[in-house]
This record gives sequence, C-alpha cells and structure tokens, in this order.
Amino acid sequence: MQPTESTNAFSPEFNQRLKRRYRAEQSFKLMGIGAIFIALAFLVFLLSTILMSGYSAFKQTYIKLDVTLDKEYFPDEDLAKGDFQGIVKASLYSMFPEVSGRRDKRMLNNLVSKGAAFKLMDMVEADPKLIGTSFSIWVPAKDDVDMLMKGNIDMDQPEANRRIKDKQYERIRTLEYGGRLQMRFNKTFFTSGDSREPELAGILSAAKGSFYTLVITLLLSFPMGVAAAIYLEEFAPDNTFTDLIEININNLAAVPSIIFGLLGLAIFINFWGIPRSTPLVGGLVLTLMTLPTIIIAARASLKSVPPSIREAALGVGASKIQTVFHHVLPLALPGMLTGTIIGMAQALGETAPLLMIGMVAFIVDIPGGFTDPAAALPVQIYLWADSPERAFTEKTSAAIIILLGFLILMNAVAVYMRKKFEIKW
Amino acid sequence: METVADTIHPAIPIAEARETEHDNVIQTDVTGTVGNPFVDTPRMTCRDVYVYYGDTCAIKNASIDVACNEVLAMIGPSGCGKSTFLRCLNRMNDTVPGCRVEGQITLDTTDIYHPSVDVVPLRARVGMVFQKPNPFPKSIYDNIAYGPKIHGLTASKGELDEVVETSLIKAGLWDEVKDRLAEPGTGLSGGQQQRLCIARAIAVSPEVILMDEPCSALDPIATAKIEELIAELRTQFSIVIVTHAMQQAARVSQRTAYFHLGNLVEVGDTDQIFTNPRHRLTEDYITGRFG
Repeated sequence: MQPTESTNAFSPEFNQRLKRRYRAEQSFKLMGIGAIFIALAFLVFLLSTILMSGYSAFKQTYIKLDVTLDKEYFPDEDLAKGDFQGIVKASLYSMFPEVSGRRDKRMLNNLVSKGAAFKLMDMVEADPKLIGTSFSIWVPAKDDVDMLMKGNIDMDQPEANRRIKDKQYERIRTLEYGGRLQMRFNKTFFTSGDSREPELAGILSAAKGSFYTLVITLLLSFPMGVAAAIYLEEFAPDNTFTDLIEININNLAAVPSIIFGLLGLAIFINFWGIPRSTPLVGGLVLTLMTLPTIIIAARASLKSVPPSIREAALGVGASKIQTVFHHVLPLALPGMLTGTIIGMAQALGETAPLLMIGMVAFIVDIPGGFTDPAAALPVQIYLWADSPERAFTEKTSAAIIILLGFLILMNAVAVYMRKKFEIKW
Repeated sequence: METVADTIHPAIPIAEARETEHDNVIQTDVTGTVGNPFVDTPRMTCRDVYVYYGDTCAIKNASIDVACNEVLAMIGPSGCGKSTFLRCLNRMNDTVPGCRVEGQITLDTTDIYHPSVDVVPLRARVGMVFQKPNPFPKSIYDNIAYGPKIHGLTASKGELDEVVETSLIKAGLWDEVKDRLAEPGTGLSGGQQQRLCIARAIAVSPEVILMDEPCSALDPIATAKIEELIAELRTQFSIVIVTHAMQQAARVSQRTAYFHLGNLVEVGDTDQIFTNPRHRLTEDYITGRFG
C-alpha cells in the first residue's frame, strides 16, 4: 500500500487547530525577539551617546610656555608666595609682544588655565634650584580653548555670543601653527578632585569617596545581612512575630532611598553626632538601604539549598548549627555573594540619600580616610551635570563612563565569585 | 532493674488473630494490631505512639519492638504513615513544623522523647539512610569522615582513615572507590551514592539504622547490591526498612509490619505475613488488591 501524501490521519479541524497552535507559537517568539531588540536598541543608544560625549574628556588641550623664573618673582623666603601668575603672564606677553591694553591682556591671559601657576609652584617647591633658570613646560589650556579645539564652539556665531573672541581665535591659531598647542591625555582627570575650573576638575576624590563609603557598607551590611538571613531562615520559630519581621524587611527593600537619607540625617548626624559629608555616615546610610536586599537574597539562596542535605547532616547527628555552617552555608554562599554585590552596585549608584547627609558639598581635597569630607561618584555626576560651563558636559559623561565601568567590574566579580564558589551538584 | 519495657509491656493488649473476619467487608477502621509486635530482647520499643501533623493524626496507637540484629520491614500503601513512624525513631520529625509525637519510644530502655535526651547523640546511635541518595557535596572521604569528626570518635588522622576504610568495606564500596577517595561523592552512580550514604551512617557506629525506601531510586542491579548489604549489616546492627517493594521486604526482612491509614494493622514474621496474613487488609495489600 502506498503511504498517503501527508499525515492526514487526522480530521481537517484538527489540522486547522494544529496550524493555529504553531502560528501562535511563532508570533509569540517574534514578539519576544522584538522586545529584546527594542531593549537592546535603547541600551546601545544610551551607551553610545554617553561614550560619544564622554570620550573626549580623556584628552585635554595643553599649551607650551617658555618660562623664565627670575629671582624678582620670589621676594619672600616662602617660595609658595612667589608670583607664579606673573611668570605665566610674562611668558604669554613675550610670545605676543603686540598685545597691549588691559582688556587685550586679560583676553590673552584667559587662554591659559589657572592650573599653570599651580603647576609651576609644585615644580619650584619640589626643586628650588629651578629659580633663575628658563625652560619650556606644557600647561593646561583654559576650558574654552579646549572646547574650541574639540569643535564645540561655533566660530560662525556673532562674536558677542561666543566664549572665544576673534583675537583669541587668531592667537590660538598662531599657537597651533607654532606647535605650541597639543591634545594630550588628561591625567588631571584621574588624579585630582573637584574644581571650579573644568580643565582642573578630576574624578579621584569622588571615586575615593565612593570607595570608602562602599567599604563601610560592605563591612556592615554583609555580616549583618547574612546573620539575619541565617537566623530567620534556619533558627527562628515560625510564628506571627517572625512573619511580621519578614513583611517589614520586604517593605524596607521598597522604601524610597531618600527616606534612608533623612533617617541618617536625623539619627547618625543630628543624634549620634557623626561628622556629615563623610564616607562613614554615607556608608551607614547605604548599609540601611542595602541590608534588606542582602537579607532577601541570602534567604532565597538558603531556601534553595535542597532539604535532603539538611536531613543528611541531621541524620548523622550534626547539631543544627553544624548543619547550617558545614553544609547549608557553603551551598548558599554563591547566591549570597551575588545578592550582596548587586546590593553594593545599587549602593554605588545611589545619589538621593547622600544628598541628605551632605555628601553633595563641593569638596576639592581628596579624602584620605573614612572621616574626611568626600563626595561620591553619582553625586559628582549630579554636581557636574548642574554646572553651567560647557566643558563640564563631557566631564559628566566621562564620570558616567567611570561609574558604569565600576558597575560592570562589580558584576563581573559577582559572576566570577558565583562560578568559583559554586559546588558541583 | 526494671526497664521501661517491662513496666509497659503487660499493659498492652495483644490483639487476637482475626481469621474469622476474612469473609467480611474490608475493614478500614482498625483498632489494635494483629499478630505479636513484641520481641524478647528489644533494642527499641514503641508504645502507644500517636503522631500528629497539626490537627491531623498520622499514626494512631502504634506499639512495636525492634529486636537486636534483625531487619524489620515496614510496608503499606502510600501515605499510610510508615515513613512518619520511621522518622520518629531518631526524632527526625522534630524538624517538621507542627509535628507532635505522643507515647513512648525507647532505645535501650532510654525514653528518647524525654526532655533530658539530647537529639544529637541519639541520631548518632540511630542512623538514617534516605529515599534519595543524598551524599554531601564533598569528597568521598569527607562524606564518611564527617560523622566521626563531629562526634570526636577518632583521636588521630590514622584512626579516621581506618574508620573510613572499614565503613566503606562494610558498605561494599571500598573496592570501587579506594583509588578516588578525594573525588566528590556526588560523582558516583546512584547505587554507589546510596551505599556511600549507608557507609556514612555506619561510620558513627550506630545501634540502629533506619532506611526510608533506600532502593526506590535505584535500578535492579544496584538494588540487589543494597539488599545483599542489608543482609550483611544485620549481623551488627538493627535495621528498620520502609519499602514499597513487597518482594524486597520478603527478601531482606525477618519481621514485617503492615501499616494502613496510620494504623499498625499487622506485625509478624515475614514468612507468615507473606504466606498467611491474618488480617484482611494485609492480605488485600499483599495480593495486590489495592495499594
């Protein structure tokens, strides 16, 4: 007997239904792929805008100056009181002898950052023998020059509307043709703190502030969170009281973070008297915020340990605490670590509670410890985004890149730890 | 010295054989136990044991002895309470929220539910093997060594090595794993894992070993090995085994107890239970009429 053409052993209605089922499956798949595609597109758009506007901040315009450190600039014993600004100005005037008049001179001086004088001061303090000699150094240009070089200033605009005037433009071109203008790697951005001058502003103080804050947060929230989770999951009796605690912990995880900031302000600063703006108080506040996350994650990973392991341990006569610490905890640890790092990443990106406890202050100095005033990375981004200078726009994006870099790093560590501590089952 | 067993023994009415009931409708509401649940030299005794999960009564009035060097099989349909009863014998039910045990269970005349009894040494004396092989996710060596270590049974590393070796030999696993003691116990086959669990249980030299359907997850060959092992272990330990496989009960045990809906229906010598059951329910179960 010939086999029939198709599998039509079934009724046409059945085949119809079958087709409909496949169609439904197909369209569901397509919708899923579409959703992923849209999400990815947004992500790529976000990341590329940040990268496009931020990468230029890692380069900075420098000007080469020929300076002469005449003794007359140092009338005082204290070398720091020397007229470094005068040295820089003299160097500029010697390059452009035709400049005269107060306004003209000011425009010329405005090409070079105030950081030039500080740089000279540092050099002289490090090596006083430099006084009386002449040499060439590269100093940072003013942010407006930098913006011009990066193509962010439109010279077709009427002169009154631009930060760079025609005369300045000519001199910048002269410098450029003379090889005295160069784009260099922006080391300042990674080695200095915040500044009113965009060309001198750096991320280091905020990064260190964030680091100290996170150290406090980790040291407090990990042990407390894990201990609380172990107690609640393994030891606590199952009654209304523990139910109440559980509900409250779950609710705390959903409390807006600024509330934790207010709490920190009221209790840690006003009641306990911990100095404000410090990583210590920031860490305490972020601990409050992170604890519920860690407790919930740790409990979930304890719950996921198969009960057969507990039975096996109890069956050979291990006590409750031996069962938990010898068998359950090692299996739950990878999950706990992942939860902790997700909590820490959340804390790293948190701005609102830090605003309430004074970590939003303008702080130039790089913090050296837990009780030095400091800013945090997200707060620094917020501050720079708020600044009117055009040059801070790219700094903002650059700081976001750094922050995202840290977040990616932390997540990578989480993945690594999970793989490392995972016990083959 | 008057033992607990002596004081309680006479009070228990031993149900008479109910051969006359054979032609009656199946009786599900049983009172008392058919056959003789008691032995002369019991290792464990259970008297009037009731187990409740919350308000539900899972075991009603069970009285039975576990003799020295015997294999006692517990059979019955699913949900009849045999596992629950087994877990009472080393107080594993303590970990179940809402579980309550009434009555008296003794091990060598000590009431194991007395408030002064510490459950940790009790479980070292009454070991347990579970339905699903559950080795620790550690090396084979550490799986065996864990019990002796936490109970401080060995003074030196050499002694511990010896305990591990003898336990594995007793469990019939030594030849298969002696070259890979450092490998994870979870990497063994199902049957080997279960024998590893048995070795783990005997490493702390218990008096009684409870086995909760130890072969239900294994293939016939692995099952045969475990059954052989049980027969050998009987010379040193008392074994209580819960099983769904009636053939297995017939093969390995000396005495059999039949549970039905929380009642201990019949206890007797295994031969007698399987050839000449004295209760209608037992007969129906054994002949496969239900269950």
